[in-house]
Order: sequence, then structure tokens, then C-alpha cells
Amino acid sequence: MSGALARERPTTAIVIFALLLTAPFWLPYVGGYDALATRVLVFGLAAMGFNMLLGFTGVMSFGHAAYFGLGAYGAGLMLRYVTSSTMLAVVSGTLLGGLAGSLFGTLIVRRRGVYFAMVTIAFGQICYYIAYSWNSFTGGFDGLRGFSRQPIDLGFTSIDIQGNGTAFYYFVLLIFALAAAAMGLILRSPFGRTLLAIRENERRARFLGIPIERHIWMSFSISCFFTALAGALYALLNNFADPLGLHYTLSGEIVIMTVMGGMRAFWGPLIGAAVFVVLEDTISSMTVNWMSFVGIIFILVVLFFPRGLLGMLKRRDAA
Amino acid sequence: MSFLEIRNVTKKFGSLVAVSGVSVTVAPGELRAVIGPNGAGKTTFFNMISGFFPPTSGDILLNGEFITRLPVPDRVARGMARTFQITEIFPELSVRENVRIAVEVAEGMSRHFWCGAAARARVDARVNEIVTQSELMPQAGRLVGELSHGDQRAAEIAMALSLKPKLLLLDEPTAGMGEQETHQVAGLIRRLHRNSGYTIMLVEHDMRVVFNLADRITVLDQGRMLADGTPAEIAANATVQAAYLGNAE
Repeated sequence: MSGALARERPTTAIVIFALLLTAPFWLPYVGGYDALATRVLVFGLAAMGFNMLLGFTGVMSFGHAAYFGLGAYGAGLMLRYVTSSTMLAVVSGTLLGGLAGSLFGTLIVRRRGVYFAMVTIAFGQICYYIAYSWNSFTGGFDGLRGFSRQPIDLGFTSIDIQGNGTAFYYFVLLIFALAAAAMGLILRSPFGRTLLAIRENERRARFLGIPIERHIWMSFSISCFFTALAGALYALLNNFADPLGLHYTLSGEIVIMTVMGGMRAFWGPLIGAAVFVVLEDTISSMTVNWMSFVGIIFILVVLFFPRGLLGMLKRRDAA
Repeated sequence: MSFLEIRNVTKKFGSLVAVSGVSVTVAPGELRAVIGPNGAGKTTFFNMISGFFPPTSGDILLNGEFITRLPVPDRVARGMARTFQITEIFPELSVRENVRIAVEVAEGMSRHFWCGAAARARVDARVNEIVTQSELMPQAGRLVGELSHGDQRAAEIAMALSLKPKLLLLDEPTAGMGEQETHQVAGLIRRLHRNSGYTIMLVEHDMRVVFNLADRITVLDQGRMLADGTPAEIAANATVQAAYLGNAE
């Protein structure tokens, strides 16, 4: 077999998709609801996109909220001012966040480690303050309102994803599945293996003749596009784009989801996102300090299961 | 006829002269060893040839072409591959994956997002050929990070071979190895040289390895070239004995 993903057993993907496809049927019995499941998918996609960079290229960004937020604003602004096409809004948001990431990436790929992480935070905060200050266009601190997701027009019929939360969940699941397939194919390709090479040993990779900076830039850009796609879907989920979606606290949450779930496992970030979102939903109804519980769990995971929740399950399996 | 020609190279780090006016000519198919006591400038010399940094003055020619200031990927494209004193591998990937990455890069596929069946078959065949050539077939499926020193070095050499190098640069290939592993790696280098005809330049500390392997030996001391000749000539050279062999043995 080829690539480190060969160790990724197909059963994991089958179990995950079986659970996701049937979620609207079993969720109500465990106290869940469609919008919660959609949130899991959205943040799972954002974290999986981020993990292309962290887990599979070995490069840390603390500013992925910027691309998530730009994706949300891109989709929201399109629906509010330009079009009534949901798909066009999703594409616009993805392009806005993805292209912003690609452009910014050209400036920073020569930085490494903590310097790289620092400039990514800075860029995120610039985006945050622009959205925060530009009241007339972005809605400022109150966020962007006044748009809503529109029915998907398939020509012969149209699907109402606004009134019907389950339909919207399946709409997001379809996009999630396509994005996950694309990420999987990228990681299994020769290009994907050069990213693993850079993660494993940058010096060796350079002396094989891999142009390190260009490949890190490509990985960063691809990662930004997927995270921006998640942001666009998030705007549709809430019919709202929030400047906090650009803030570095969300960047930190994306990192937490990824590391908690397992950054060396393809599906790890999705598991991390599910745990994070469900904890947020259940504990925040009991206490405003829900984040401290997430923090405790995060610390326990890092201390005792450094490969993350999914990594832990796999090792137990192998043993 | 020279394959690698180093003309009067000097490298200064501030006021420290690490390498001073060294000239070496390597013929095609030759196995050249560079030796010298600690601080002789061997590694600096090596790094200039492989493109880690350019010399302060002097020229380096590969196959008649000036490569003095070419960046690493361009040198690799012209047939130069190297290994490191501290083994540089992809520890969490298997031997096969390590070699596969190198082969794909050498095949110009490093920016391909898709690998068709024909290309995959070609890469698979080449990976098998190299894993066999570097005598790692029994360990092919294991993570490189879990292998012995000697096998890790063989894996690193395998990656270098994947680049179809005309010139193989080995920086202390047996550094830190025990008797048996040194023997294993030296044997591998000898067979690659004799059977496959690679031009090899290596920096080495272990004298027995050098005298048994090399066609010609260059001795550096305090940044200068002390001697250059066949192993027999070097062994008989009084200056070398005083500077190096006397201290080392």
C-alpha cells in the first residue's frame, strides 16, 4: 500500500459515515438535534482542513479562524448583497477565505515554528478588527445579519434547506463528504507524501529536491480553502456571520479539536470537533465556565493519550 | 577527465578560515574519501559541495558545469545526492514509503495530485529495485525509526539512490556505529561502487573503512589540503602520519 494513510483502516471511515448518515434518526434519543450535528460537521471540516497543515505537513497555524471567518463573511455578504444562490455564496466564501490564505501564505512560508504561528495570529486579528470596525458593510460588532440560506435549485425541483433542518444537515454532510474525499485523495497522492516528508524531516526533504517553501505554501493554501468552506457553511447554519468567527480564540479552539481528536489520524479532528461541540452544548447549559471543563479534558487527553482520542482507540485495537 | 572538480575553494566564517584553498579532482566512477582530524574542515568542505552554503572564493564544477552557487534542488537535478552524519530519514514512515517519496520526487511527480496505474506500477518497480539494491527487502514494511543504525543508514542511502545520482556524497556513513554495523554499511558502499558504478565521495572518521574502500584519499588538516593520493601513498606519507594517523591510532 502507499502512503501513511494506508494504516488508516477503511472501517473507521465506514463507521463514521454510518453514524453521520443515520444521525437525524438516532440523535433525538440521546438528546441531540440536527443543528448540533451540523455544527459538528462544520467544525470537523474546519479542523480537518487545518490538520492538513498541522498533522500532515507539521506546520502550526494559530490563525485559521481568519479563513473560517472570511469564509463566513464571504458567503453572508454574497447572500445579503448580491445573489440568492446558496451554492454561489458557498463558493464565494470559500474563494474569499482560500485566496486570502494563499496570498498571505506567500509572505510567511519562509518563517518557521513559533514565528510562523505568530504571524498567522496577527493576520487573523487584522481580519477581526476590519470586520469589527467596518460597521456599514459587515455589521461591525453585532455581526452580519439580514441574510438567510436559500432553497437549492436543482432545475427539476428545489430543496428547502431553510425551514427543514434535516435537509440542511444532509446538504452539509454531502459537502463534508466531498471535501473529506478530496482531502483523502490529496494526502494519498505523490504531492501528499511530500507533505509527510516535510513533516518528518525538512532537511531530508530539501535534499531530496522538494521545494519546501512552495509545498508548505500549497499545503497552507489548501488547508485555508477547506477551513473557509467550513466557515461558509457556518454562516448558512446560523444565517449570521460573527466577527468572533475571525477571532484567535476560535483559532485556538480549532487547534484544541484537532489535537484532542488526534492530529496523526485522518478522522481525528472530526472526533475532536464532535467531543468539543457536544461538551459545549451540554455543559454550557449548566455553567458559563464550560470552557474550563473542555480545558481539563484537553489536558488529560494530551497527558495520557498524546495521539488523541482516535489515536488511543487505534492503539488499543492494535494491542 | 574529471567528474567533480573543486578549484581552490576557501570558506571563512567571520575571521575563522574553515577551509583554505583546497583543490580536488574526482574521476567518474571513483570512490574518493576525505579524511582529517576533528576541526580539519571536512564537513564544511562537504557542505560547500552539496550546496548547504557557497564558498567564500573558489569554484566547484560538476561534469564541466559551474555549480558553485547553485541551490540544492538544482544540484540534485544535476545528479548529486547526499546523506548526513546524523541519519536524515522519515522516521514514522516505512522503508518503502521513505524510498517511494524519493522515487516520486526523482520522477518529477512531487506536485502530482493523482497517480495513474501505469505511473504507480513504474514507481512500485523502481522502489522494489532500490530496496533490493540497498539490501533492505526484509525490513521494507517496517518504520525506519524502529530499525538498527546500520539499516537506517542503508535506508538513507536508498533514498539517495532513488534520485538516480551520478555523484553520491556520504557524510561519515559509519558514524557512531559498532563493529558489525560498520561492516554492513561499508560492504553496502563497496558493492554500490563496484557493481553499480556510482561515483562516491565520502567523509569518514573510521580509518579502516577508508583504507579498505577508497580509490583515492584526500587528507585535510586545519582547513588545508595535506595530501592526496591512493590509500598506499597516504599510508606511506610522513606528513599525514604526523598530523593524523599518529594522533588517531
